Amino acid sequence: MREKISKFFASYWGIILVGAIIGILGPVLQYLGNPPNMGICVACFERDIAGALGLHRAGVVQYIRPEIIGFVLGSTVAALLFREFKARAGSAPIVRFVLGVFAMIGALVFLGCPWRAGFRLAGGDMTALVGILGLVGGIWIGVAFLRSGFNLGPSKKTYPAVGWIMPIMMVGLLLLLIFRPVFSEGGPIFFSESGPGSMAAPILISLGAGLLIGFLAQRSRFCTMGAVRDVILLRDYRLLSGVVALVVVATVTNLALGQFKFGFAGMPIAHSNILWNILGMVLAGLAYALAGGCPGRQLFLAGEGNGDSAIFVLGMITGAAISHNFNLAGKADAMVDGVLQVGGISQYGMIAVGIGLVACLVIGFTMRQKTA
Amino acid sequence: MSTAIDTRGLSCPQPVMMVQQAIEKGSFPLEVLADTVTARENIVRFAERKGLKVQVTEQEDEFTLVISK
Repeated sequence: MREKISKFFASYWGIILVGAIIGILGPVLQYLGNPPNMGICVACFERDIAGALGLHRAGVVQYIRPEIIGFVLGSTVAALLFREFKARAGSAPIVRFVLGVFAMIGALVFLGCPWRAGFRLAGGDMTALVGILGLVGGIWIGVAFLRSGFNLGPSKKTYPAVGWIMPIMMVGLLLLLIFRPVFSEGGPIFFSESGPGSMAAPILISLGAGLLIGFLAQRSRFCTMGAVRDVILLRDYRLLSGVVALVVVATVTNLALGQFKFGFAGMPIAHSNILWNILGMVLAGLAYALAGGCPGRQLFLAGEGNGDSAIFVLGMITGAAISHNFNLAGKADAMVDGVLQVGGISQYGMIAVGIGLVACLVIGFTMRQKTA
Repeated sequence: MSTAIDTRGLSCPQPVMMVQQAIEKGSFPLEVLADTVTARENIVRFAERKGLKVQVTEQEDEFTLVISK
């Protein structure tokens, strides 16, 4: 039975089913309260968690997102049931942390991870297209490094306790979400009263959806970065078929729920600054490729005991704090007195993307093993 | 004489890339050691796509894959 289920999820139909389920759940979560075209966004939701903990003080994006907790714990459950929970760590952790930081800085310049790029597109937001173009470009550069011998080195099996740290941290976040303790006047824990951070589906539904997705994604190895990488590197279309299923099904679901709004500017929680949408995602895509997984996949790996992915996740949360504290994140398009004001990023954001690209290139060039 | 590749500890796509290189060199039978199910699945899928045969044996959380023509 276990073997049969594993075989199914390793197949094309398995990943297509998982992509389709995520494609339904994203828009449904939005319908039930999550922010527009942000039914699920790993980068944005980790940013909200950073805000809830007070690591940044952008008052409109602070919430402990149950989806993230569910992703990790759902993956842990799947890994335990299928005997794949393995504690491993030690593959250049500090590099993974740095990649996580810059991955988040790039993602927040675009305003979304690859999952949200898909959901934005599925919601009719055509500015997502240039982001996806940038993402593919970043991954393509990463593949060039992989081909020239880039490798963060092997991880090692380690004490089971190492693998449990991220799942336990998620349980801790869940407790903070449920009991909402106030540690000093006004918080933390911070919960947004306006803006995207205040928009949320009911906790149990968000958590349930997260757990289901975490479980399915662990079994099927769903990864948006891997989808593009495997096509460029190996001409393997399996993961890509899952991502395409997500976008197609999410589009249909959005149409059915009346959430599809076609446009090239003024889209919800998005800006139409083409250059920085592209460059932000080039940086993010390159960082994901060098670290071996998109933000979602890193959560699922962390859930199955991978301490290196856990470090990447912590890097992303730190990157979110840096993004908002240092005014690096993109500002959405806005309507002011009936006039569209195109958003974008500050000069600090531009400099940060530049620094991030240089850092990733240095990592790519200096961590190559000569192949025989 | 078989060629052995040790992919243990490496995360994807490294294991598949190592197998890809060895296959391109044409060294068969190819013995591959892997320690994650993901690496096993990816190597099997890659080899089968190339029209090769793969035999998998599992021993204490580790896999030995023998790839042959």
